[in-house]
Amino acid sequence: MNELLNTFLFLPEQASTFAERVDRLHYFVVSVTMLSSLAVGTAAVFFFFRYRKRKPNQTTEYVVPSVKTEFLFVSLPLFFFLTWFVIGFRDFVFVSTPPKDAMDVYVMGKQWMWKFSYPEGPNGVNVLHVPANRPVRLLITSRDVLHSFFVPAFRIKMDAIPGRYTQTWFEATKPGTYQILCTEYCGLSHSKMLGEVVVLAPEEWDAWVKEQRKGALQNRQDALADLSLVPHPARMAEQGQKVAAEVGCFKCHTVNGEPHIGPTFLGLYGRTETLDTGRNIRVDEAWITQSMMDPGAHLVAGYPNVMPTYQGKLTGPQTAAIVEYIKTLRTPDIRTGASQGPTYEPIQ
Amino acid sequence: MSPSSSIAAEPGAVPAPDEHHEHHPSYLVDGTTVKSWLLTLDHKRIGVMYLIWVLLFFLIGGIYALIVRLELLTPGPTIIDAMTYNRAFTMHGVVMIFLFMIPAIPGAFGNFMLPLMLGAKDVAFPRLNLLSLYLLLTGAFIAIWGMINGGMDTGWTFYTPYSTHTTTTVAPILFGAFIIGFSSIATGLNFIVTTHTMRAPGITWFKMPLFVWAMYATACIQVLATPVLGLVLLLVVGEHLFHFGIFDPAQGGDPVLFQHLFWFYSHPAVYIMVLPAFGVMSEVVAAFSRKNIFGYRAVAFSSLGIAFVGFFAWGHHMFVSGQSTFNAGVFAVLTMLVGVFTAIKVFNWVGTVYKGAVDFKTPFAYFCGFLYFTVFGGMTGVAFATASLDVPWHDTYFVVAHFHFIMVGATIMAFMAALHYWFPKMFGKMYHEGWGLVSAALIILGFNATFIPQFLLGNAGMPRRYYEYPERFQTLNVASTAGASLLAFGFLISAIYLTYALVYGRRAASNPWRSRGYEWMTESPPPTHNFVGPQPTYSEEPHFYVEPQKAEVPDAV
Amino acid sequence: MQSSTATAGVAGVPHRPQVAAHFASLEVQNHAARLGMWLFLATEILLFAGLFVIYANYRFLFPEAFALASRELNLNLGTFNTLLLITSSFTAAMAVHYAKEAKNKQVVVMFVLTILMAMGFLVVKYFEYAHKFHEHQLPGPYYAFPGLTLPGASAYFTIYFLSTGLHAFHVIVGMIVLGWVTLKAMRNEFSAYNYTAVELGSMYWHLVDLVWIFLFPMLYLI
Repeated sequence: MNELLNTFLFLPEQASTFAERVDRLHYFVVSVTMLSSLAVGTAAVFFFFRYRKRKPNQTTEYVVPSVKTEFLFVSLPLFFFLTWFVIGFRDFVFVSTPPKDAMDVYVMGKQWMWKFSYPEGPNGVNVLHVPANRPVRLLITSRDVLHSFFVPAFRIKMDAIPGRYTQTWFEATKPGTYQILCTEYCGLSHSKMLGEVVVLAPEEWDAWVKEQRKGALQNRQDALADLSLVPHPARMAEQGQKVAAEVGCFKCHTVNGEPHIGPTFLGLYGRTETLDTGRNIRVDEAWITQSMMDPGAHLVAGYPNVMPTYQGKLTGPQTAAIVEYIKTLRTPDIRTGASQGPTYEPIQ
Repeated sequence: MSPSSSIAAEPGAVPAPDEHHEHHPSYLVDGTTVKSWLLTLDHKRIGVMYLIWVLLFFLIGGIYALIVRLELLTPGPTIIDAMTYNRAFTMHGVVMIFLFMIPAIPGAFGNFMLPLMLGAKDVAFPRLNLLSLYLLLTGAFIAIWGMINGGMDTGWTFYTPYSTHTTTTVAPILFGAFIIGFSSIATGLNFIVTTHTMRAPGITWFKMPLFVWAMYATACIQVLATPVLGLVLLLVVGEHLFHFGIFDPAQGGDPVLFQHLFWFYSHPAVYIMVLPAFGVMSEVVAAFSRKNIFGYRAVAFSSLGIAFVGFFAWGHHMFVSGQSTFNAGVFAVLTMLVGVFTAIKVFNWVGTVYKGAVDFKTPFAYFCGFLYFTVFGGMTGVAFATASLDVPWHDTYFVVAHFHFIMVGATIMAFMAALHYWFPKMFGKMYHEGWGLVSAALIILGFNATFIPQFLLGNAGMPRRYYEYPERFQTLNVASTAGASLLAFGFLISAIYLTYALVYGRRAASNPWRSRGYEWMTESPPPTHNFVGPQPTYSEEPHFYVEPQKAEVPDAV
Repeated sequence: MQSSTATAGVAGVPHRPQVAAHFASLEVQNHAARLGMWLFLATEILLFAGLFVIYANYRFLFPEAFALASRELNLNLGTFNTLLLITSSFTAAMAVHYAKEAKNKQVVVMFVLTILMAMGFLVVKYFEYAHKFHEHQLPGPYYAFPGLTLPGASAYFTIYFLSTGLHAFHVIVGMIVLGWVTLKAMRNEFSAYNYTAVELGSMYWHLVDLVWIFLFPMLYLI
């Protein structure tokens, strides 16, 4: 029955304790909705035929409901709504109160990736490893704009809000890999801000933790550098950073906001620059690309025309990657300081 | 218009045209210069101008919707890039909500019908009324200018801190919406005062047509909620331009506060959009089942109830924004009450048909669609309000489908029903009934085909505002896009036959539906000051279809 | 804008205003104008209510910074301004009283006094603002006052400038409205039958006063 309804409603598989609870309410609500729509619809259709107009200018009886009827109209929906509320709110309390023995994972959303860190253990980018059958509390925050952490198979979701921590928890019931989606619109690559939860059986989990602890530092760097796990735009930006370092951009351009031989990359994208011709331009992809290929064409005022052309030295994808990288250095969206909002102490 | 109109036989419906009739041309031809239209103070002409503009805005919003649906045909990029897509769905929302849904029924039909239904010669403040139209247009043009010069990619909810940091042109669009807010306040204020002071002798509060009750409730929301939105929009514009940091966490600001203030307006705004629809449908169902509304007071009070409770339900948009569990519970229960009030209306509408005499014309077809969409859309809304079901559904396509069921399924069905029901009243022409039914069927079917797959998409976990999506969602997206094409086709047919009817349609009788709504007690189209000769007397309640001799018997209660 | 309907075609008939064509009687017309004004005032209150909510929220988040920042305001000037506005509200009320008795000269005097006090309010406000600019006690990122560096202080001054700025805007609008009514009074237009414009203008001025009565303790005292 459960399986059948799941398929019928296109629900993803149930992989957490909360999923099972919330789905039961879902079935209840959907069936009552269907039945009542059907009942209202049937009554209406029956009335349309039974009481169709038989002659023009037909007069009708004056019918008004008795108090009893009106009472029924109020109490019937109210009864169902309150029943749903009681069940639903019980489940909501369940999902908003993590058990005391939950394991903590810190989650940070940033445009456009998820970073996970364990209080003692390793970090991860876009892949969250958790043990099965053990409650996991997520402490979620964001570095830039709002995000929302959503795992359809667990039926859990919580907004990531910059400057404060929100929390939710889950207990995965089956080992496997489940998708993480971002459900709060967060900009250009909102739809590519995907990740995975890897649920491990207890023994595999222990092995994984041991493995991670062995070379925690090494692994942490690997996780950050493991570009295959990073979604496309973020991966491009990281590649761009690498390429920029290789071809020597940083000899003349800083990324910390200080002007050097050339203008700083920090906040360059979207900034309005005055050119040596006196014209103002707003820095966009086209201008950055042109400045790499033909640096003298639109020189920013106050800087010498000393940059060599990179025409032929950079491939198309490399150029694009550098542009993406510079775009991630937009000042308003990326803050380097830590969140200053309230913080949660881990329970225990 | 023709004095030989057979409808004059209908007792009490139309006062017999007197001999001075020829000296009182209909409002449509009383003054034909452009100036006589653009600077008119006549509520009917203002209503017609509103109608033309909101239809244009509906077209713009609809084109954005089709772009969005086409883009979602395939999992990857289809016709546009991500930035264009993000702008397209934002513009779809902004245009549809601020330029169509909010002004549509109050602006076009409220302006036209409210004074007629109250037996008044005009609204209380005709100049303010004209001003509200031009405020709407000023705001609209500033916003559209912003869309052409860059567009905005925040989604219509303008959530901070994204909206204060994005490099797209937020300021003109938000400022446009700010001005549109004043237009909305002006309309609301005007309607409240009109209802209080302009009722003809005999029209007591409980003899007002239910459309007036609905407009009154709507107007209360417009007046009380919109200023808060105005303030919030100004703050966001200020943030975007000067980075004050009120909503910016980097400077100690609180982005969730924005959500509270935003939804304090925008949740009641949902009822600004849907209450007029309920009012229209109360008229339509009574007129086409030729019966007094079942439970008049219940329907009237439930409008006020929705307006009131609607102010205290905003927190249900933020169940997963980290608000306290207690808050969530309070907002959840209050939201349920809105569901109860809506249920009262639904039952009473069905009750109205009981022992009626149903004339299955185009407006009634829209009523059928409306009834189903309201029940289903409303019940899914209540399901959201259980708080726990909101957790998986929040910001997925389930939400998108739910509010389209209410916004399109209730409001646009009502808009179409109103357009058809009052078409002869407003223009004195008759549209083609057969095409009317065909397009109604197409619109209702197309609408179902568009949004039922979106409910399932939401169940499957597809988030909203996604440019690309995992491949497993494709089948349902294709189904939805196919449905959207059908829906667009239905609207296209309506546009064609209604335009045709406007120009070549046969002349309608003064009261082609033989309706006993108050607005039909004057000529169609009405003369400039609404009534010729003596004021009609309003001895019976609106939509009183009882045989005269039986009418003496006190009612069944 | 409501009162404009109340005086349609008034030029020829100074003491008896004409009823606009769509109103049943003068009483109804005046009732409509008054009701419209009340509703308009309700929207104004809701507008400021949003700011009060924002203030409450940040006061809760940064209690210390807000308490200290409010000490930076000049309580004497604030109190003086409060007294000025309350007095101006009194003169505005007196104007209504005289309008009912058709004493147009006194109406002019009362409104001129009100407008002068409003100007005085704005002048004092200008000096307060100038001092804030001098001390760099400015909104958001422009805040650079070395004497108070707690997080949240800049938010206080953002709210201070937003709410007093919005209020000052209302003062200016009120002055224009009252100035316009004064011009009408100079033309001897008001009488026991026709004082709606004076009444509505004065109501608006009371609102401006009322908002300040809430802003003053919120910003200066607590």
